[in-house]
Amino acid sequence: MANSNATEVSSVQLRQLKPKFSSRFKEFFVRHLQVFFYSLGLLSRSPFSTLMTASALGIALALPAGLYVILDHASQLSGDISSINQISLFMKKGLSEKKIQDIQKKLETNPAIAQVKHINRKAALKEFQDNSGFGDALKALKDNPLPDLLIVHPSMTHSDPQQINTLLEELKKIKQVELVQLDIQWLQRLYAILHIGQRGVLIIGCLLALGVLLIVGNTIRLAIENRRSEIVVMKLIGGTDSFIRRPFLYTGFWYGLLGSLIAVLLVNISLIIINDPLTHLSSLYESNLFSLGLMGVDISATLLLSGCLLGLMGARIAVGKHLKAIEPK
Amino acid sequence: MILFDQVSKRYPGGNEALTKVNFHLHPGEMAFLTGHSGAGKSTLLKLIALIERASTGNVIIGGKNLNKVSRHTLPYLRRNMGIIFQDYQLLYDRTVFDNVALPLIISGFSSREVKKRVHAALDKVGLLRFEKKYPITLSGGEQQRVSIARAVVNKPALLLADEPTGNLDPELSREIMDLFMAFNQVGVTVLIATHDIPLINQLNKRIIQLSHGQLNQDQKLSDQPLTSGEV
Repeated sequence: MANSNATEVSSVQLRQLKPKFSSRFKEFFVRHLQVFFYSLGLLSRSPFSTLMTASALGIALALPAGLYVILDHASQLSGDISSINQISLFMKKGLSEKKIQDIQKKLETNPAIAQVKHINRKAALKEFQDNSGFGDALKALKDNPLPDLLIVHPSMTHSDPQQINTLLEELKKIKQVELVQLDIQWLQRLYAILHIGQRGVLIIGCLLALGVLLIVGNTIRLAIENRRSEIVVMKLIGGTDSFIRRPFLYTGFWYGLLGSLIAVLLVNISLIIINDPLTHLSSLYESNLFSLGLMGVDISATLLLSGCLLGLMGARIAVGKHLKAIEPK
Repeated sequence: MILFDQVSKRYPGGNEALTKVNFHLHPGEMAFLTGHSGAGKSTLLKLIALIERASTGNVIIGGKNLNKVSRHTLPYLRRNMGIIFQDYQLLYDRTVFDNVALPLIISGFSSREVKKRVHAALDKVGLLRFEKKYPITLSGGEQQRVSIARAVVNKPALLLADEPTGNLDPELSREIMDLFMAFNQVGVTVLIATHDIPLINQLNKRIIQLSHGQLNQDQKLSDQPLTSGEV
């Protein structure tokens, strides 16, 4: 019996079964896709804990994203103002209309000046009476207290601070001018405050990104711990590290995506809640209706992308650290 | 296929599980590894499966010195062995089909190939009708047969089994052993650790006996073929 066994043995080729290269190449993508959705399926099996983790990530991501949106709008608003960049010339009282028009024409020939607008003191008083709510009180005044006003717009080619200063000096020398006013200081202060705000958002953003990494890392660590026996079996039957790692990485990705989706939702809900009173406030200031609107597509996309990347990174760190420790015994 | 050359294994703490073990299992050979509890049977199998590394000496499997196998290439070597455990080591959240398919999926076979080969393997162990069931609903003997199907599904050259019949009654044990014999018949090298002496005495195969970590007796059968120096 054993002799017949021997002839059989020598006739049988002992070669391990291997898939074709082309098949392995194609299967690589097919399996990736399968694991991609398999890991999503695993998450959906425990919807409550998945949602809890994703919400924690969402809140951590929403905070810097929301602050960024507000700051972005604020700097856009101040951007509008700075482009106005105008100089107000308050004229001395008792100048004739003709004289003021002469000055206006003369100024308009100056290459540093783009445009000069005359605001007539009578027209100004009329507007003030109509809009300020002090109409009756103003009627009680004998004289119009408002001066004539020339608003000077510096030309685009002469808009840096040095040139503006030279222009200011020139304008101050006109003897009919009572006061020259350039409201640039408050703008500079606003910019400084916005700058601090941006740094603040950067710091908060970095800290919370670290928080996201830690949350995902810890969640994946628990998932690895829960599936210890499965990992052991995989290793025993020849699963490579990257094969075993894959579902955990995709789990991290899904957490990141879910978290950032929740963050987008939270930020937009907050914006909607803030928008109404904000529009009301700006209408009280009689300014153009100012509203924050919803999150821009670019900011949302950036948020989603960084959420996914943070999820992947957190998972990669956890997997790299904990998978090596699990070996068959 | 398997060559042990002066192999010793000392665990941290000083416990020497194997002392200067020498033996040679030829391709296509089948042998039983016996000995009392703690004689070093499991350690010997773990050295072959690269779960443990030898402290001294060389373990050579299919011409490869296991001392020189890196962490990175280790999985590819394991794909060439089918390993069977006393406690089956099945994944209980997956169906019988998915359990058996796992080694093929790891190697990157196409879904069609996987289906074909899993069905073939399940057919061989007589469990084709259970493919959609979960392992937990099967009896011990059936679960062990699932794990055997998983071990042979990618047609490895070497089958290792650690007490595969440890939890089974004599009749089922005999059925399992017959399965191993059948795989050996088609050329698979088989090494089975067991202490079921009455059973293996019926089977007329080589018996390697360990005692306190040393090779006590290597009972080669007179009619067992010794093919050329192949390893």
